[in-house]
Amino acid sequence: MSDKNNQILEEIGGSDYKYGFYTDIEMDQAPPGLTEDTVRFISAKKNEPDFMLAFRLRAFRHWKTLKEPDWAHVEYPPINYQDLIYYSAPRKRPKYDSLDEVDPELLETFEKLGIPLDEQKMLAGVAVDAVMDSVSVGSTFKKTLAEHGIIFCSFSEALQKHPGLIKKHMGTVVPYTDNYFAALNSAVFSDGSFAYIPKGVKCPLELSTYFRINAAKTGQFERTLIVAEEGSYVSYMEGCTAPIRDENQLHAAIVEIIAHKDAEVKYSTVQNWWPGDKEGKGGVYNFVTKRGICEGDNAKISWTQVETGSAITWKYPSLILKGNNSTGEFYSVAVTNNRQQADTGTKMIHLGKNTKSTIISKGISGGRSNNSYRGLVKTGRKAENARNFSQCDSLLLGDQCGAHTFPYIDVGNRSSIVEHEATTSKISEDQLFYCLQRGIDMEGAIGLIVNGYAKEVLSKLPMEFAVEAQKLLSVNLEGSVG
Amino acid sequence: METTHTTLMKEKLLELYHKEQEAIRGNATPMVNRIRQHAFSRFRDNGFPSIKQESWRFTDLTPLLNTEFVFDFSNQSRSMDVDKIFTCDVYDLDTFSITLLNGWFVYKHAPLTRLSNGTIIGSLAKAMEVYPDLVDQYIGKAVKTEQYRMAALNTAFLQDGLFIYVPEGVNVDKPVQLINIVNAENPVFLQPRHLIIADKGAKLTLVHCDHSLTHKVSFTNTLMEVYAEENATVDHYKIQNKGRNSALVTNSFFHQKKGSRLQSNIITLNGGFTKNIVDVSIDGTNCNSEHYGLYLVDSNQHVDNQLNINHLKAKSHSNQLYKGILDDEATAVFSGKVLVSRHAQQTEAHQNNNNILLTDDAKANTQPHLEIYADDVKCSHGATVGQLDPEAMFYMRSRGLCERTARQMMMIAFASEVVQKISIEALQKRIHSMVEKRLRGELTICEQCVLHCNSKEPTTFNIDLSKL
Repeated sequence: MSDKNNQILEEIGGSDYKYGFYTDIEMDQAPPGLTEDTVRFISAKKNEPDFMLAFRLRAFRHWKTLKEPDWAHVEYPPINYQDLIYYSAPRKRPKYDSLDEVDPELLETFEKLGIPLDEQKMLAGVAVDAVMDSVSVGSTFKKTLAEHGIIFCSFSEALQKHPGLIKKHMGTVVPYTDNYFAALNSAVFSDGSFAYIPKGVKCPLELSTYFRINAAKTGQFERTLIVAEEGSYVSYMEGCTAPIRDENQLHAAIVEIIAHKDAEVKYSTVQNWWPGDKEGKGGVYNFVTKRGICEGDNAKISWTQVETGSAITWKYPSLILKGNNSTGEFYSVAVTNNRQQADTGTKMIHLGKNTKSTIISKGISGGRSNNSYRGLVKTGRKAENARNFSQCDSLLLGDQCGAHTFPYIDVGNRSSIVEHEATTSKISEDQLFYCLQRGIDMEGAIGLIVNGYAKEVLSKLPMEFAVEAQKLLSVNLEGSVG
Repeated sequence: METTHTTLMKEKLLELYHKEQEAIRGNATPMVNRIRQHAFSRFRDNGFPSIKQESWRFTDLTPLLNTEFVFDFSNQSRSMDVDKIFTCDVYDLDTFSITLLNGWFVYKHAPLTRLSNGTIIGSLAKAMEVYPDLVDQYIGKAVKTEQYRMAALNTAFLQDGLFIYVPEGVNVDKPVQLINIVNAENPVFLQPRHLIIADKGAKLTLVHCDHSLTHKVSFTNTLMEVYAEENATVDHYKIQNKGRNSALVTNSFFHQKKGSRLQSNIITLNGGFTKNIVDVSIDGTNCNSEHYGLYLVDSNQHVDNQLNINHLKAKSHSNQLYKGILDDEATAVFSGKVLVSRHAQQTEAHQNNNNILLTDDAKANTQPHLEIYADDVKCSHGATVGQLDPEAMFYMRSRGLCERTARQMMMIAFASEVVQKISIEALQKRIHSMVEKRLRGELTICEQCVLHCNSKEPTTFNIDLSKL
């Protein structure tokens, strides 16, 4: 039976990346290299206010003093930061009145990805702010959102139209001094998304952004900022697919979320960057800093992530639970195959009283991949009655892969309760046997069990996303059957 | 500022190493001196552990090194009559006892005894003279001086300590008790070194007690290497009861061969600063490795337990259970790591750490890590930090118990899960009553010194009662 198993795993490993295609669009690029001039070039190109340039330069100067961190359980050849292109934008920057004016090639790209830009897809009720190589090229549902006073636009646009809001909030959750990649992003970020939900507004739509790395040799450095004022609610989705490139592409994004009193933010992401080929050649380096803060009382932020792509994933969506009674949630499925490496998890920093957090992490590793959960739960001296429950399970689908769990628990007062549990095992023989004797073939059985195993997390995704996520799991694990 | 303490201390040690080379080398075998030189270079290159290292993140040595320590490179205590100052008071505990005073072997009997069944027990320094081949065959083999900086330091200065060799198939029926006493007028820096070998099928029980008789500042960096050959059984109990001003770093390296069984218990009742490093290499199939720990700390005591269990071969079983109760401003760290290598299929490894915090100023940091490279394994870990279960408390209150009694009962129950694992009945009873008293806050200073206090001459204790 193990032979059969191996055969299936090989087939699964052999499944090709279905979203790998490359669109040829003229690019307006900064020359490779990273100096103060590059930073100024980017800022000038985007016609940014002075405070932004000053922020970028501070970040850049700080970045120069830092050393690339090496503590994560991942291995990769050294990155030459002088060899990357830090800015690339589609050369044509048309102002669209209708979709007909959009570069047809671009539309085709979106269609392949299934981004609902056209009329028919608008009925799906999704407002899309599509970022293609750093610059926003299309936005929909602006009107509906505007009626509610919701701002949802590209970061550059926000800088032009709402500089005050950006200045007030940017860098308050993830300061540029936070870490190496955050400093790098703060210096050279190209674009991103900005969402602002005013007081008491429940956002009627799921806000959604699709990111896509396109030109070769382009680092993509987005920056997302979500501000939810008192009593507001928003569900925000982010999804990524990337075309096949041979050279490793660096992706160092920052996401900041601020939830004020009684506000709730639900952030969901499906990440499916190009993971490299079977031998680990190529693929995206995904070094991301994501952090949210429950600023006011009773605020709630939840992260849900499905990580199936990237050669290397290095990301810890974190939460600072500052307001009393605030709640944090983290649900994650991370799938690694072939030579992929993932070091992912979360940080829950409890500062306020009666704060609660839940962590559910499911790791699935196959091929020769390494999948690590790394998480911190910390309760401060004043975080009375803080409560955390963490569960991190790992599933191994082969004898060449690795699954690791590195939890850190720091408790600083007597009334907190922190629990952590984790298990690591291979697919249960009993479950397989049960499926087989019901007439399901081996491949179907593995897919079924894995999907069941991840269901706890997948069920937290918004409907539209849940479908895509299940497909991604299929692509990653079920191979040809898909 | 802080780093200068460590730098100064390191420089002092480097200087001493050269100056006192002759005394340090003594009659050690050429092999030992080669290992020593190698470890010395490691120490010279790496120095002391720093909080920048993952495993020392919460445990800072620097403030402890800011003392003018006294070093002793020759055995001053060989002829001392230890019975005068110290007697073990575990009733009915029938042991073969060995005493080390300030890191040196006390010649109560002969320096090296060969029992009728072939077991050799005695001073390591002497064993290097009498059984050089046996020592050379094992010493330093399991000690990872690259990874552990304090182990490198100990190895560089290794001189004396306990040596035990149990020949093939021999069952040492009496537990061997090692009593490490620190009793000095001046702040001392000690580095005892122990080598324990249980040959094929041998059985050995070792009780290892750390005591300080004065409240003077002391720093102990002890290292023990234990080799369990095929089908050997080793039970190791470590009882730590040191003064508030003492710092204790223990490095324990266990090397297990096929079918061997190991049980290690570390009970920390008192100690200003305690860092226990346990590193186990399971280098054979069908091994069993059990690790239990209990720490009861209060005031500003700090205890750090670091366990690395390395499963290198298939079909072995390991288990870790560490429990702690923290009062006042005490801090505790648990960092356990289970590594299951590619070849260690069908490994079963479990890891558990539970902490109870009694005050808001106490702090618990726990890091139960798993690193797994084999697929056919059963591994789990869990960690909790919390308080006593309110439902259980309600149950007991509803049965008419007062809150204080209920709390104590629950804490004792919490601790006894570890205490119960002690297989020497007399010792188990004694530890149990110690834990009970400790948790009731009833321990007087004499009782706190765990195993002595048959009240010989109290004056020799030189304890400042006002400090308690």
